[in-house]
Amino acid sequence: MTTMQARIVHKVMGRLRWTTRVLGLVLAVAVRPALAAAPAQIPDTIEQRLKTCTVCHGAHGRAGNDGYYPSIGGKPGAYLYHQLVNFRDGRRHYPTMVYLTSNLTDAYLHEIADYFAAQNLAIERTEAPTVGPEVLARGEQLVRNGDPGRKVPACVACHDSSLGGVLPATPGLVGLPHDYLFAQLANWRSGARKALPPDCMAEITKRLAPDDLRAVAVWLSLQHASPDARPAAKLEQVPPMECGSTTP
Amino acid sequence: MKKIFLWIVSLGALAVAIVVLWPAYYGNPSVETSVPVADSTAQIARGRYLAQVSDCMACHTARGGTPFAGGRAIKTAYGTFVTPNITPDVGTGLGSWSTDDFWRAMHLGRSRDGHPLYPVFPYTDYTHITRADADAIYAYLRSIPAASAPSQPHALHFPYDQRWLMYAWQRVYFTPGVYQPNPQQSEAWNRGAYLVNGAGHCGACHTSRNAMGSALSKSALAGGFLVAQDWYAPALDQTPSASRSAAASELATLLRTGTSARHSVYGPMSEVVFGSLQYLTNEDALAIADYLHSLPQSEPPPAPADMAKVSGQYTGELMQRGAQLYHNDCAACHQINGAGVRHIYPALGANASVLAPSPVNAIRMVLNGGFAPATALNPRPFGMPPFSPSYSDSDVAAVVTYMRQSWGNDASAVAPQDVARFRSAPVD
Repeated sequence: MTTMQARIVHKVMGRLRWTTRVLGLVLAVAVRPALAAAPAQIPDTIEQRLKTCTVCHGAHGRAGNDGYYPSIGGKPGAYLYHQLVNFRDGRRHYPTMVYLTSNLTDAYLHEIADYFAAQNLAIERTEAPTVGPEVLARGEQLVRNGDPGRKVPACVACHDSSLGGVLPATPGLVGLPHDYLFAQLANWRSGARKALPPDCMAEITKRLAPDDLRAVAVWLSLQHASPDARPAAKLEQVPPMECGSTTP
Repeated sequence: MKKIFLWIVSLGALAVAIVVLWPAYYGNPSVETSVPVADSTAQIARGRYLAQVSDCMACHTARGGTPFAGGRAIKTAYGTFVTPNITPDVGTGLGSWSTDDFWRAMHLGRSRDGHPLYPVFPYTDYTHITRADADAIYAYLRSIPAASAPSQPHALHFPYDQRWLMYAWQRVYFTPGVYQPNPQQSEAWNRGAYLVNGAGHCGACHTSRNAMGSALSKSALAGGFLVAQDWYAPALDQTPSASRSAAASELATLLRTGTSARHSVYGPMSEVVFGSLQYLTNEDALAIADYLHSLPQSEPPPAPADMAKVSGQYTGELMQRGAQLYHNDCAACHQINGAGVRHIYPALGANASVLAPSPVNAIRMVLNGGFAPATALNPRPFGMPPFSPSYSDSDVAAVVTYMRQSWGNDASAVAPQDVARFRSAPVD
C-alpha cells in the first residue's frame, strides 16, 4: 500500500474512530516498521498522544481547579474542532493553544476534537467572585430571557434550555470557570476572539454592557453541571440568529 | 550611545563605498537568459516542488490567510517586516512581473523597479538557484489563484528603514552567483549542497549573523540565534557518531517526517518540516543529509553574553531539585537515562538543542511543550505538555540545568532569571 493510498483511506475512515485506530496500527506496521519498534511502556493510544492537552484540561478533558482552563470533555465535537482550527488559523489568540495547534492537520484536529467530545462533561467547581443579588438577577435574566430592548437573544435560545449545548457545534455553558467565561465574552466584545462569520457572539456581546457580561459569567459559573449531561441532539426552536460557528 | 555612533559611522562608510565601488554587475541585470520549456505542465510541477523546498508559502502567507497572498509579520532585530503578496494578482501581486523580473529578485535581490530588497527575503541563498529552477518556481507561482491583497508597510527601526542603504549592503555583503558543482564530489553531494545553500536557505536560521545582518561565512551552519523569535537553530555541521549512511538515513527521516529514532523537530523547525521538508523526495532528503554530514566543523557562534552566571553551590542545588522534577515529570517519557523512546520521545543525552550554547530551546520546550508536526508519514504525532502553568522559574531552571549536565551532557547551568525572560516569548 502506498503512502498516498494510506492517506486517502485514513481520511475516509476519519469519523470512525475505532476503525481508524485499528487501521492506523496496521498501517504503522505495514508502512513504517520502525515505528512499531517502540518499547511497550509507551501505549500507542490517542490518550498518550494527547498528554499535551490533559495537563491543563484534566484527564479526559476535565478542567483542573486552578480557575481558568475550560472543561472540554463532552463538548460537541464540531465545536471543539472549530476552536482548534480557530487557534491555528488566527481567529483565537491564547498563545499556548496557538503554538500547540500550529503544525497540525485538519484530520488530526478532528480526531483530537472527537476524542474529547466522547468524554464525560463532569468538571471541578471553581471559584466565582461574590456579587450582590441584583447582579445575579441580571445575569439570570439575560441567560433565560435575553434583553429584547437591546436585541439580545437569551443564551438558552441557542445553547439549549439545559445550557448543556446542542449538537453538532453549540457548546454547553455550565461547568466552566468564571474567569474563563468572562474572558471569552470580553474577548468577543473587543474582537480578540472571533468565530467563522456571521460571528453572532461578537454581535451579541457588542450589544451588551461590560457589567452585563460580568453578570452572565458569574451566574453561569455558579450553575451545577450534571456529570452525565450530554449536548442536546437538536435545537427545539428556530435559532434567533444565524451563526457561522454552528456548522458541522 | 557609543554603539549608535559606530553604526552611523559605518553606515556612512558604506554609503561612500557605493559611490566608489558601483559595480558593473548591476548594470547587466540578467546574466542568464530564460530558456523556453516545451512541457509547461511538467515545469509547473517542478516549480511547485521547488517552491515547497524553498518554503515560499511559510513567509508569504499570514496565519489562516490565503496561500502566498503575504501579510505575515516577521519580527527581526531590525524591526518587523510584512511579507508581500506573490500570487499572480496584477494590482497587488506578481501579476505584472516578467520571468526576468522574478529572476532579478531571486538572483540579484532587486525588485521589479530596481530597488534593492532586504535580505529577510533570502536572496543571499536563492541567488544559488539556477535560471531553469527559478523559471519553474515563477511558472508555478503564475499558476496559483490570484488574490488581491495590497502590501502592508514594514515597521523598521532607524536606520534600517532607509532602503537606499541596501545598495551599500548588497555591495559589501552580497555576491550573486548560481551554485557551481564541485567536480570532486558525487552528484548526490552536489544536489545536497545546492538544496541546502539555495532553495532550502538553511543558513537563514542555522548560520549566525554579524551586526549588519550578514551571515558569517566562517560560522556557516554552525548554529544561529533567532534574535527576535527567541529560538536557537542548532549547528548542522556536527560530525555524526554513527556511520555516515546510517546517520544520513536518520536525518533524512527527521526532515521528511518530523521525528526520527532519537530526534524530534519543534518550534520554528516544526513549521519548516510541516510546510516544506515533508515534501522532499527521499533522494533529496538523503542528499541534504549526506552533504551536511560531510561539512567540516566551523567556528561556533559565541555563547550569549547576557546569561546570568550560576555559582557552583547553586548549581548543586539546581541539580538536586532538577533530578527530583525530572524523575517525577519527565522520566516516564524521556526515560531515566535520558535516552527517550525511539520515534516517539526524543533523547535528551547528546542532544544538540539541550547542549546548545543558549539554553533557550530547552527552556521553551519545558515551558510550552509542543507537538511534532503532523506530516504525511507521521500524521498523528505525540506531544509534550506545557509546564508553564505548573512550574516556577526556578523549577524550569532546575530541570533544564539537570538535563544540560546529566547523561554525559556538559553545558552551563541555567539561572531562574533567564527562564523568566522566555515566559512571554513569541509563539509564532
